[in-house]
Amino acid sequence: MHVPDGFINAPVSAAAGLVAAGAVAAGLRGARRELGEERTAPLAGLVAAFVFAVQMLNFPVAGGTSGHLLGGALAAILVGPWTGMLCIAVVLLMQGVLFADGGLTALGVNVTVMGGVTVLVAYGLFRALVKVLPRTRRSVTAATFAAAFVSVPASAAAFTLVHAVGGTTDVPVGKVLAAMLGVHLLIGLGEAVITTATVGAVLAVRPDLVYGARGLSVPLKLRVGGELVDAAPAPRPAPASAGTRGVWAAGLAVSVLLAGFVSFYASASPDGLERVAADHGLDREVREHAAADSPLADYGVRDVQDARLSGGLAGTIGVGATLALGTGVFWVTRRRRTPTATGTARPRETV
Amino acid sequence: MTTPPPPSLSFLPSLEVRGLAYAYPDGHQALFGVDLTVERGERVALLGPNGAGKTTLVLHLNGILTAGAGTVAVAGLPVGPANLAEIRRRVGIVFQDPDDQLFMPTVREDVAFGPAAAGLRGAELDAVVRRALERVGMAAYADRPPHHLSFGQRRRVAVATVLAMEPEILVLDEPSSNLDPASRRELADVLRSLNVTVLMVTHDLPYAMELCPRSVILSEGVIAADAPTGELLADEELMRRHRLELPFGFDPTARPTRNPGGH
Amino acid sequence: MGAGHAHKLYRHGHSPVHALPAHTKLVAVLGFVVAVVSTPREAMWAFGAYALLLAAVALTARIPAAYLLKRLTVEVPFVAFAFLMPFVVPGETTDLLGVTVSVPGLWDAWNVLAKGTLGVGASVLLAATTELRELLLGLQRLGLPPTLVQIASFMVRYGDVITDEMRRMSVARRSRGFEARGVRHWGVLAKSAGALFIRSYERGERVHLAMVSRGYTGTMPVIDEVTATGAQWRRAAALPLTALAVCLLGWTL
Repeated sequence: MHVPDGFINAPVSAAAGLVAAGAVAAGLRGARRELGEERTAPLAGLVAAFVFAVQMLNFPVAGGTSGHLLGGALAAILVGPWTGMLCIAVVLLMQGVLFADGGLTALGVNVTVMGGVTVLVAYGLFRALVKVLPRTRRSVTAATFAAAFVSVPASAAAFTLVHAVGGTTDVPVGKVLAAMLGVHLLIGLGEAVITTATVGAVLAVRPDLVYGARGLSVPLKLRVGGELVDAAPAPRPAPASAGTRGVWAAGLAVSVLLAGFVSFYASASPDGLERVAADHGLDREVREHAAADSPLADYGVRDVQDARLSGGLAGTIGVGATLALGTGVFWVTRRRRTPTATGTARPRETV
Repeated sequence: MTTPPPPSLSFLPSLEVRGLAYAYPDGHQALFGVDLTVERGERVALLGPNGAGKTTLVLHLNGILTAGAGTVAVAGLPVGPANLAEIRRRVGIVFQDPDDQLFMPTVREDVAFGPAAAGLRGAELDAVVRRALERVGMAAYADRPPHHLSFGQRRRVAVATVLAMEPEILVLDEPSSNLDPASRRELADVLRSLNVTVLMVTHDLPYAMELCPRSVILSEGVIAADAPTGELLADEELMRRHRLELPFGFDPTARPTRNPGGH
Repeated sequence: MGAGHAHKLYRHGHSPVHALPAHTKLVAVLGFVVAVVSTPREAMWAFGAYALLLAAVALTARIPAAYLLKRLTVEVPFVAFAFLMPFVVPGETTDLLGVTVSVPGLWDAWNVLAKGTLGVGASVLLAATTELRELLLGLQRLGLPPTLVQIASFMVRYGDVITDEMRRMSVARRSRGFEARGVRHWGVLAKSAGALFIRSYERGERVHLAMVSRGYTGTMPVIDEVTATGAQWRRAAALPLTALAVCLLGWTL
């Protein structure tokens, strides 16, 4: 579901816009690495067109209802996390600009939540599982299932956090979270089944196209005049070291999640911010609400004008703190991982 | 394996393929050692049943696929990572699906794409575009979006996009597929009027007969026959062996090739 | 086949709105929506004013109201969501047509609906008066990275082609007596999706081949350049500036 205009307040929308811009910039750089400099535009464009089309493919559930693929996990596993994120972002951009599906001011939120969080959580988990599990095709299948399943409620949770920080509605966080998670666990199950089957279908025919399953393919033998010769290695754009990429993905996932939590706590105790608002005379209407002396007074205070300000500031602080923390986590993990990152050549099993 | 001869140009064949073998990443081997030479100015038809490896071979000609074994050279220049840009300028491939080839918003921009990427601008660019479009008879459609054109028109524009690059050899992948008889004839007229080396991949035998004095048969990943087109098509035994069939009522001995050959 | 314009939302016309360069319109719509979103929800009259503004633009652009209303259905899922709010938001309750609903919930629903609808309306007007290609050039003009714009143009150029492929696969499935009715059939559908991915990716490779065969090295040669005159900017600015004035009034009144 695409967030429309007016659902998230302006400051948090703007902050999410910045996060989304950063994600897209990182996606562009990463996609160039994954696809090769000059292959980026046509391939990512076609993959985006694929995501766009496949979102229209209806999967009947029962009794006339049907669901469709969100495609974040699918894109990440098929073409790599950065390209995947980029493609989802482009799809969302075009849906917003052309079809008015998802508000223009909410574009940042949509890209962050549906592009960034979904793809990074999916790919981070996928990568981690593939590393841990034996190197077989079945592991890829299992990892795909888990990644797609988790990515959907993760994105729902991320939305809840954004809503908690900058939502314009008074629905209590607990209720939003429960509703979102409940529905999206179910959707996630469907997403997982479809994604796994789709990745499986691609693996069966063109295993070389599945980004997440690279390294599982067998070196080719060619028959020339009845004799077997070794083929020259396949012409693939040199993939960036998987280790580094995994760490990057994990680091970003962590920072996005942290963004949510930090902002959430920042907004849970906004007294300081409210004081600022009051000092600047922004809370005229708020007092009226408070004077009504209803048990809801506090909601009124939280809601009307200054909540926008406080939420926005909280969001901004949250994002800043997150970036700092995320960068720190990234450096720490990277330093620890670097020596082992390249030592992945293990004996393969037959597939 | 032969080392490519030093590039002394004009006497070199436009295309020289030696011992080319290739298998797809899924393990399916498509080419088993192909040898083929196309001299400058020749028009050669590459015939073969579905799945013979025709398209696979074409993709080796400008380095899209990298040979598992063997070599390809274009006018003496070996196809390899070092000189891909020059190879791709010299080998103009017109793909089977014009939708793949026409990726820009208008015909003009699409034809201009190649020369513009090579640095041409302004009036010079316009002239190149106009000339290329005139050569295929599509000058009147310059400002139309490609997807508004008929299939035959799209294919002719696709030829123009490649012609604008002044290629050494024009490679056409199934040029007559999906064309109605009139478009088919128009395209044939266009191809006959061009003064370039042509390798035409097809299983449309009358079209090969009409346009190409020489034909080779690619079957099961090797060149199975190489002879004047009329002779090849008249050899019933050979044709049957390679799953090539003439359309009902077509007699290859009755009609002379409409093209005298060499330029 | 990809008949017609690549996007069916565009309505050909020669109105002053159509004539504005795309990037000025993009900025105008964004400014308008930001003003709408920033307006306090208590200022109900302001939202009426915004709606009138959009109506004026639609009138200038000669976009029929019926068309506009039909396009607004995009937001139906959120309308459903908004109707839940009066029941889930805690707080002071009131009786509305015999049903107990919460007052802040009603405000929430109003807020989301009003702002969401105005946002959709503005976007629909933009898409209806701007050709797709201009829209993309406009985005590039506004500083969107060229690679991103290229990706978007490829997506748009081939969106129809791929959707058509998907439709053909579905026709092929149904012609062979297959009708997806439940979860049991997901395997078949997923195989189609997988095949669609392979086709899309391979087409991407072929398009890339066609591009590199013509000397593409990663950047699109710039052939057309769009610019806007001061007068055009001023005309486009009329919408967001009026909206800003309404928004400010909404805060002070």
